[in-house]
Amino acid sequence: MSESTPEQTVEPTAEHTTPSGAGRTGVARRAVVVGANRIPFARAHGAYANAGNQDMLTAALDGLAARYGLAGERIGEVAAGAVLKHPKDFNLTRESVLGSVLDPRTPAFDVQQACATGMEAVSTLVNKIRLGQIDSAVAGGVDSASDAPVVVSERLRRTLLELNRARSTPQKLKALAGLRPGDLKPVAPGTGEPRTGLSMGEHQALTTARWGISREAQDEFAAASHQHLAAAYERGFFDDLVTPFRGLSRDNNLRPDSSVEKLAGLKPVFGKSLDAEATMTAGNSTPLTDGASTVLLASEDWAAEHSLPVLADVVDVEAAAVDFVHGDEGLLMAGAYAVPRLLARQGLALEDFDFVEIHEAFAATVLSTLAAWEDEQFGRERLGLDGAFGAVDRSRLNVTGSSLAAGHPFAATGGRIVGTLAKLLRERADETGRPARGLISVCAAGGLGVTAVLEAR
Amino acid sequence: MADTYLDLVSSGPGGRLARQLGLPAPARLRRHRAGEPLVPGPVLVLGRGEEADRIAAALLGWDLDVRRHPEDVHRFGAVVLALTELARPADLAEPALGLGGALRSLAPGGRVVTVSRPAPGIGTGAASATPAAAEPLEPAVAAARQAVVGLLRSTAQEMRGGATANGVLLAEGVDPEAPSVLGTLRFLLSGRSAFVSGQFVTVGDDAGALPADWEAPLRGKVAAVTGAARGIGAQIARTLAGAGAHVVVVDVPAAGEPLAALANDIHAVALQLDITDEHAGERILGLARERFGRLDVVVHNAGITRDKLLANMDESRWSSVLAVNLESQLRMNEQLLAGEGLGPAPRIVSLASTSGVAGNRGQTNYAASKAGVIGMVAAAAPLLARRGGSINAVAPGFIETEMTARIPAARRQVARRLNSLQQGGLPEDVAQAVLFLASDAAGGVNGQTLRVCGQNLVGA
Repeated sequence: MSESTPEQTVEPTAEHTTPSGAGRTGVARRAVVVGANRIPFARAHGAYANAGNQDMLTAALDGLAARYGLAGERIGEVAAGAVLKHPKDFNLTRESVLGSVLDPRTPAFDVQQACATGMEAVSTLVNKIRLGQIDSAVAGGVDSASDAPVVVSERLRRTLLELNRARSTPQKLKALAGLRPGDLKPVAPGTGEPRTGLSMGEHQALTTARWGISREAQDEFAAASHQHLAAAYERGFFDDLVTPFRGLSRDNNLRPDSSVEKLAGLKPVFGKSLDAEATMTAGNSTPLTDGASTVLLASEDWAAEHSLPVLADVVDVEAAAVDFVHGDEGLLMAGAYAVPRLLARQGLALEDFDFVEIHEAFAATVLSTLAAWEDEQFGRERLGLDGAFGAVDRSRLNVTGSSLAAGHPFAATGGRIVGTLAKLLRERADETGRPARGLISVCAAGGLGVTAVLEAR
Repeated sequence: MADTYLDLVSSGPGGRLARQLGLPAPARLRRHRAGEPLVPGPVLVLGRGEEADRIAAALLGWDLDVRRHPEDVHRFGAVVLALTELARPADLAEPALGLGGALRSLAPGGRVVTVSRPAPGIGTGAASATPAAAEPLEPAVAAARQAVVGLLRSTAQEMRGGATANGVLLAEGVDPEAPSVLGTLRFLLSGRSAFVSGQFVTVGDDAGALPADWEAPLRGKVAAVTGAARGIGAQIARTLAGAGAHVVVVDVPAAGEPLAALANDIHAVALQLDITDEHAGERILGLARERFGRLDVVVHNAGITRDKLLANMDESRWSSVLAVNLESQLRMNEQLLAGEGLGPAPRIVSLASTSGVAGNRGQTNYAASKAGVIGMVAAAAPLLARRGGSINAVAPGFIETEMTARIPAARRQVARRLNSLQQGGLPEDVAQAVLFLASDAAGGVNGQTLRVCGQNLVGA
């Protein structure tokens, strides 16, 4: 619209306001995943201890550009974000674009939706492409738990602001008088929920107990995640999804030799004050991680004009939220509600998917979600269905591993999953000659969840 | 990587001191820089006959100041000996002595190039066989032709001031103005052949074509370079991109970070791929065709060293070197040539090594792999020729890279000086030889190994 003259804006026509292929018929065009790139994920305070969010996001963008020949290319828009973000990084994504090899005239904006940041970035950009506002886009996310912002105490912050306003020496002294030695201690960023004070792990422990997820089931699930990720690396699956960074060429949380026996030796860390047995350990929970991911999205025409491949379409996205504050539902269970709504809208059932990707915040998060979907009472009372929502074929679930093995740099996980699933679907469709369909569910702080359907034709 | 000795003797006092002490006095080599003249002065063409006149006329066509007599010229940029019509050894006396008389007037960075025909006998080119003549030669003709080899190689060792001497051999029936004769002649006259000396390039047939723009001989072509993340491979990718090619740069996933930086710098496409993967050839071809619609040039540069004396050699050191340096190339070539995926004049250039020619203590595995490459390109030449293409190898000698910088300092100094130019070459010297063989101007050059070694004093 901005390009139209005032005369034209009275009744703008499709030709004037939208790029080719969009808008004319009133039916949105397709938005496709062309490819993806991420840097290997690193456990916090390790390989990337001295890399900031901007360094990592820029590296992920540059790796994407190298793979798809985008140096000097003006992309329609780049959207990314970080969960742990310094105030100086207010324009993190735009600054990263300026530091990358992309055309500096590429617009960018920051997104933040906790651990669903990457998913929301994809969703927003896909919609812009479908509407014909842009032809190409990069969605991304980055997080550094190593380079997390350190915040001063609230009283010190207020004192410093007061000091700044004071004009005379007595006023300055008065401002400083209220300060206590303890106020000088920095406040470390927490992963606690602001409204409950409980950590994410403690919240999940409540849900784990509610669904009676056993320690053995969680450890088995975690070991499988490591084994699947290791096998995927071995077969070169990540050769065109990951670009090394700072000497690291694989996720360093990955333990290829992980086993149920080894995980069984770990002590529980969450849920120890509950009546139920404490089952959640460092082994079946994701560690704090540093990393960045990007996904190249485009219209079909743009991909064809640039001789680039199409991995999969982003068909639809559904977000949900639960009321965990009043105990109505577990903090990380929003996906259990979003997926049934998404599938109802698309006229699909769980068995229609070749691959299912459920973010492994904790092994128990995935297992609780599966248990809820298989539960008749949950189906009837919570989802308003006639019975249970359905079962996920485990052989289709997180087949190349997920966050338990790769790690979970909060905002980067969505991009990792979208890139991974899109490639899996392309491989499957090419093998079988039939379309392949995939489902994503990512839970997030604040009782949020974002889910999506991808399809490779 | 810096050659501080070269810097020292390039200064006035340093040079004088080196000469007084009888130490090597390497000169700064004349390397190709866009916009600079092809040769640093007039070109003297010696030799008699109709073919010699045609060669002189062809050089005139490049706007060179061509002379047929040495008089009145203070400083020659190059001397070309047109010797394709030698009938007896005695015919060589006049041009040889004429060259001798002109050598003192040869400019720094000057060039001597012989243009002659091959004869059986001493092999020319690095261990690659000189094509046998279709019919047996008169002994006097063969003697005269082989005499050129001895003359040229010795002259190359007498060159000073960074000048070089090389030869073009025209197989029987090849016209002196065939594209690849002129293409090879131009390469040897130019700064692109700075570290090539004492070598012969055989033009086997009239195939090939001269470029519209000599600065962009690969315009519109698509090239893939393996082992491109660092060193010589990175420079080859830069040089091919600079010559107008669309480039796919390939290296192992672990080298992805420098590979991506290079790709972005030269607007190439990065492919993280282990070339020992059983589908590597198909993957490279597939990506090039997907992005650029074609693949014209493949440079097999990726290679590894796992040095050990043979008595201490283990299976993994031996096998990994052979797998990466040789087996992978054989398999990729099979896949590249399996279908009709390559462009109309496909060119493959493999990296061999002077270690593969002369051998090198501690490198039985590496030398075996590189000698194998030389055999491979010689045998595969007819396969490529049938498609209108070519396959050749470049055998670098001592090149200043991160790899040779790790050689202990004393050994490195000796290794550097053991050639006629008394210095190590640069990655760009190897890259220019690869570019030459990858271009249509070398289309009639097939199955050969071109040494880029400053005429290493060891090996043939």
